[in-house]
Amino acid sequence: MTSTGFEPKIAAFVCNWCTYTGADLAGTSRIQMATNVRIIRLPCTGRIDPLFIIKAFERGADGVIVSGCHPADCHYTAGNYHARRRFTLFNDFIEFLGIDSRRITFSWVSASEGQKWADIVNDTTARVRELGPFSGYRDLVRSGLTGGQDAGT
Amino acid sequence: MRELKNLAKRLLEEGTVKVVIGYEEGPVGVRPVFVTRPADAEKLVFNSRCVQNLAAYLSRRRGHIARLGKSAIVVKGCDARAVAGLIRESQLKREDVVVIGMRCGGVALRPSDEGPLTPETVADRCSGCESREPKLADHLLGELPPAPPKATRMFELMAQIERMPVAERFRFWAEQFERCMRCNACREVCPMCFCERCIQDKSQPQWIETSPHARGNLSWHFTHAMHLAGRCSSCDECQRACPAGLPLGLLNRKMAEIVRNRFEYQVSDDSTVPSPIGAFKQQDPQEFIK
Repeated sequence: MTSTGFEPKIAAFVCNWCTYTGADLAGTSRIQMATNVRIIRLPCTGRIDPLFIIKAFERGADGVIVSGCHPADCHYTAGNYHARRRFTLFNDFIEFLGIDSRRITFSWVSASEGQKWADIVNDTTARVRELGPFSGYRDLVRSGLTGGQDAGT
Repeated sequence: MRELKNLAKRLLEEGTVKVVIGYEEGPVGVRPVFVTRPADAEKLVFNSRCVQNLAAYLSRRRGHIARLGKSAIVVKGCDARAVAGLIRESQLKREDVVVIGMRCGGVALRPSDEGPLTPETVADRCSGCESREPKLADHLLGELPPAPPKATRMFELMAQIERMPVAERFRFWAEQFERCMRCNACREVCPMCFCERCIQDKSQPQWIETSPHARGNLSWHFTHAMHLAGRCSSCDECQRACPAGLPLGLLNRKMAEIVRNRFEYQVSDDSTVPSPIGAFKQQDPQEFIK
C-alpha cells in the first residue's frame, strides 16, 4: 500500500487516572498532534483485556495504543503490573498469529506528560501510516474466506 | 496393570473413595470409565492408548462426577500437571482426590491406535517428556518403560509458521480457523477451562462472534490461548478433540514458550508454585513499553 490518502484509524485504550489526564493536558496545552487516534477511557490498564485489542483490529483499526500509569503509580496499586505481564505475553504472541506488533504501542504516560502523549500519538500514527492499512480482516471478506454459507462470493 | 486393578479395588472396598476415574477398553479404543463398584475394578487398563486427560472430570464444571463422592484418578505425568493446575487455582482440594500416578512410556495420538509407538503414531507431547513419573501422586504404579520415540510434526509446523512473514501467518491462521465450526470441543475437553460462564457465551456485550466465521473464530482461539497462558498443561486434548483437525496445540505450545522465555516459568505438577499470571514483580521486563 502506498501512503497516498491513507489515514490510519488508531484506537487508544487508556487508563482514567494517568494517560487520560495526560491526554487532556496535551489538549489544554494546545499541543498539536495527529487526529487519527480515538481514545477509549478505562479505569485502569488492568481492565484492558487483550481481546479489546483484537476487537479493535477486527472492527477496522489499523493501529492500537495501550497506555496507563507508570509502574508504582497505579491508582489501584498493582493494576499496571498485572497488565504489564499480560501484555508481555500478548506482544510476543500476536506476531505468531500474524498481526504485526509494530501496529501496537504500549506506553506509560502520566498525568503531567502531555508532551509525551502527543509524541506517542504522532509516532504511532506515522509508523502505522507507513505500514499501511491492516488488511488481514478485510482480506478475509474479499477472498470469500468468511466461513459458512453466508460467505460473500 | 494387576497393581492398578488391586489398588482401585482396595480403595473402593475400604471406602477411601467412591469412584475411580480411569481407562477401560471400549469398542473403538480406550475410553474413560468411572468405577464405583469394587468388582468393576477389573475393567481398568493402562497402556499406550490411554490418551485422554481425565483431569477434566475433576473440574467443578463436572458437578455430576463430584456428586458421586470422593474420587481417585488415574494420571500420567502430563495429566498430573492439569490436576496440579486445578489445585493451584482452588478448583480442587488436594485432600479431595486420590491421585494414582502411572509411570508412562508415552501414548499414541488416538485411543484407537494399536501397535507399538512410532514417530508417526506417538503423541506430540511425548517428545522429550520429562514427567514420565508423576510427582503429584499418592500411589505411583508400574515400571518405568523406555522413553517413547520422538514425533517431529509439531516442531516442523512451528518452524514453518515462524519462517512466514507476519501477513502470511495471519493468512495461515485464517485458513485454519475457517474450518472451525465452533463445536466447542476444545473448550469442553480442556481441564483448565472451568469458567462458570465462558466469554464466548456472553452476548451483552458480545466480544466474540458466535457464528463459525474466521473472524470470531480467531478471537476465540486467541482468547483460549491467552487464558491458558502459564496454565496449559500441554495435554493437546483440544487438538485431539477438534473434529476439524486444527493445530490448536501449536498456539498453546507457542504461548508456553513465551511464558518460559519471559518469566522462566514452566507448568509443573507442583501445585504450590504460583502461576506467572496473577503474580508480578516490580522489576518485570518492559522493553516493549515506551
